[in-house]
Amino acid sequence: MATAEASSPTKKVQVRRYKPEENAEKNYLNAESGLWSWLTTKDHKRIGIMYLISLTVFFMAGGLLALGIRVELWTPAQTFIEADTYNQLFTLHGAIMIFLFLVPSVPTVLGNFFLPMQIGAKDVAFPKLNLASYYLYAAGALLMLWAIISGGVDTGWTFYTPYSTSTAGAVTWMVMGVFVIGFSSILTGVNFLVTIHKMRAPGITWGKLPLFCWSLYATSIIQILATPVLAITLALLAMERVLGIGIFDPALGGDPVLFQHFFWFYSHPAVYIMIVPGFGIVSEIVSTFSKKTVFGYWAIAMSSLAIAFIGFLVWGHHMFVSGQATLATLVFSFLTFLVGIPTGIKMFNWLATMYKGSISLKTPMLYILGFFFLFTVGGLTGIALASVAVDVHLHDTYYVVAHFHFVMVGGMVMAFMGGLYYWWPKMSGRMYNETLGKVSCLLVFLGFNVTFLPQFVMGAQGMPRRYFNYIDQFQPFHQISTVGSFILGLGFMLVFYNLVKSLYTGPKAPPNPWNSRALEWQVASPAPPHNFEHTPVIVHGPYDYHKPMADFQLGLAETNGHDPEHGANIEVDKKLEMKE
Amino acid sequence: MEALENFFLPPAKTAVAEQYDTLFWFIHISSLALTVAIVAVIIYFVIKYRRKSENDVTPVITHNNKLEVTWSVIPLILTMVIFGWGFQTYIDMTKAPTDAYEVNVTAQQWLWRFQYKSGASTTNELHVPAGRPVKLVMQSQDVIHSFFVPDFRIKQDVIPGRYTSLWFEAREPGESIVFCTEYCGTAHSDMMAKIIVHEPDEFAQWIEDNSGAATKPTELAPVDWGEQLVEQNACATCHSVDGSEMTGPTWKGKFGSQEQLSDGSSVTVDENYLRESILNPSAKVVEGYQNVMPPYQGQLNDEQINAIIEYIKTIE
Repeated sequence: MATAEASSPTKKVQVRRYKPEENAEKNYLNAESGLWSWLTTKDHKRIGIMYLISLTVFFMAGGLLALGIRVELWTPAQTFIEADTYNQLFTLHGAIMIFLFLVPSVPTVLGNFFLPMQIGAKDVAFPKLNLASYYLYAAGALLMLWAIISGGVDTGWTFYTPYSTSTAGAVTWMVMGVFVIGFSSILTGVNFLVTIHKMRAPGITWGKLPLFCWSLYATSIIQILATPVLAITLALLAMERVLGIGIFDPALGGDPVLFQHFFWFYSHPAVYIMIVPGFGIVSEIVSTFSKKTVFGYWAIAMSSLAIAFIGFLVWGHHMFVSGQATLATLVFSFLTFLVGIPTGIKMFNWLATMYKGSISLKTPMLYILGFFFLFTVGGLTGIALASVAVDVHLHDTYYVVAHFHFVMVGGMVMAFMGGLYYWWPKMSGRMYNETLGKVSCLLVFLGFNVTFLPQFVMGAQGMPRRYFNYIDQFQPFHQISTVGSFILGLGFMLVFYNLVKSLYTGPKAPPNPWNSRALEWQVASPAPPHNFEHTPVIVHGPYDYHKPMADFQLGLAETNGHDPEHGANIEVDKKLEMKE
Repeated sequence: MEALENFFLPPAKTAVAEQYDTLFWFIHISSLALTVAIVAVIIYFVIKYRRKSENDVTPVITHNNKLEVTWSVIPLILTMVIFGWGFQTYIDMTKAPTDAYEVNVTAQQWLWRFQYKSGASTTNELHVPAGRPVKLVMQSQDVIHSFFVPDFRIKQDVIPGRYTSLWFEAREPGESIVFCTEYCGTAHSDMMAKIIVHEPDEFAQWIEDNSGAATKPTELAPVDWGEQLVEQNACATCHSVDGSEMTGPTWKGKFGSQEQLSDGSSVTVDENYLRESILNPSAKVVEGYQNVMPPYQGQLNDEQINAIIEYIKTIE
């Protein structure tokens, strides 16, 4: 792709330096005021904040449900709730965390806020569509909430048929909610793809696109291609429940395993929707806090696309014991191992980025170091599960539960927390408390390991997932896990406290507290209402720490109606470069 | 080492399970080595390259093709080894020997039923011989369940509307637990069974003792099943259905009649009396007959007794 653009003629532009304002009076937060201004905003940054608030609420709700589950599992028999209540708890924990938190998290909060800023745009390509996708998300969440109130759902977040078509409860409302949220996800994906293609500032060629944008690009492709399949599947499920059309229920002439194929055709790529944007955050933070060029830029960028592509072809590894054909099992196992390779490549490239760097252990970097360990464990246990024979014994046990949480919480949530701390100064205009930040990271890391390491052991010993009662031999593992979950919960509460507290008592953030070279740090904090008052011009890559900071603050000298094309190659007029 | 193995995995009670464990440990020990290496590198880098001042200058290292290829190809080779090995083990795990002893398994919310060739049938207890391959042919009555035996490292979903199968060969007599591992509703976590492995001759004896089917085949009406049970349990050896005199009283026209007992009292032949006479025949012996009938306590379950009573009612 670089060659295609290289062949287009290089444009010559005149630039000057735009130093970010230290104490800008106007920012996106105070540009307008009042609730209505927020509810009707088309500013990508404000929409990002609205998502952040909603996601925080759902993350806390999902977390409380998890604690409920852990408390119930303190004893082998009933501890404090009925089996049916327990079954609803783990269903809601899964559904809320996946559909209302993990899938939207990084793209809608950090992606919305920073994607346009990183490519020097004033907003996403379709600001109204962006707001619409927020309201679709809210509508879906309301539908799910209604499902919970009007009877609850006890199917597990996977909605396997024929259980889901035969059980009582509000399954139809629930899947309607997920259906609607899916559209929100698709619209965000479309918006980001177009934004990345069409809105890049002069000089941002594909080779200078920040890796966070590359990861969102890969994610958007998955969102657009996979989510419709989920929507269709859930629509079919609702049709079967409401109209009695036999698609999955064998009693009606359907095939229950077909549902699993449909479901995982979305839901496996969906785990990449959740984790790939996290990879983007890791690349940004590792480079910034090592003060060093990213090692293997193209390897990292392309491995995201490789994961997005191969990720579509591995769904059958959720079904090794479902009775699918042996040949299918063979192929899915093979492809699953292949998808592990680009993930491994990323890991090694990040480590190589730290080599001979200038490593600063600020809170965001600590989270990423935690990510390295947890994600390695999550990834390697994934290799164990990809091996067909090994999976047979471990399938649907706590080993899988632990693996999934290591990847999703240990990987994605750790990256998200790191990203939140990293970009917080730009979002809020305040610095968080560094000591509290480090303590929160330590608590989350410790609590997480205490919660989930024992689950690998009891899973390998044979403890099945989704069990209300369990045999006595597993009790010590469950109790350690429960203790860990409370430490983990405390850690997250501390993150929340630290960030909220900074809004009131935190010192004012400078424009670029980390001395990053990335474009979003070359404007005031909090971000100005329209990001850039000028058209930024990019001459170096976003990780070129060997180039002077001034080179990263360039913009068109004047707007004369002849802006070079977005994303075009440019040649800078040196005479004007350093003029302020 | 053995203590560590027992900490992570349940005892391996089949040859396949031992094969499984070798692969399990290969993957986990190599993963552990890689994790330790990565953590060591991180710690080393963090200490060695810790930021000294905000003006640190770092070298420009954009990429290194040799290194990139190395760390792509080595993991690729390793994972391909694991792939091949895992698949080979999977084939051994799923391909049942042709001489396997077959047992039919029916899953329903929330119990397991096992039907043996001989007609024996059990609920939540699977009896099998040691040292002989056993193949389970499974189906579900309602939602999807999954048959999981940790000691044998085997698992297979049990699906409504189609058969799935599973095989194992337990080496020694003993007991192993069976879990349902596909979520199936309220009592999912109580849907457990026990596999009881007998010495071969003990198993043959068990089969002989238990050839009465424990549960009604779905296609049969209770009355017909009762007739079948009567045949299987050889009741007709002593009880006629045409009024002829045998070792025991005939069943013809018996239900609802008055029966004179050996102790002088009399009783109406109703459901309760028939049930009692099946389970504990010596409690009320009919006048003129000997107290010779063996008690069926523990050999027939309620469902079977009901079916037999239904059958007796029809003999007028």
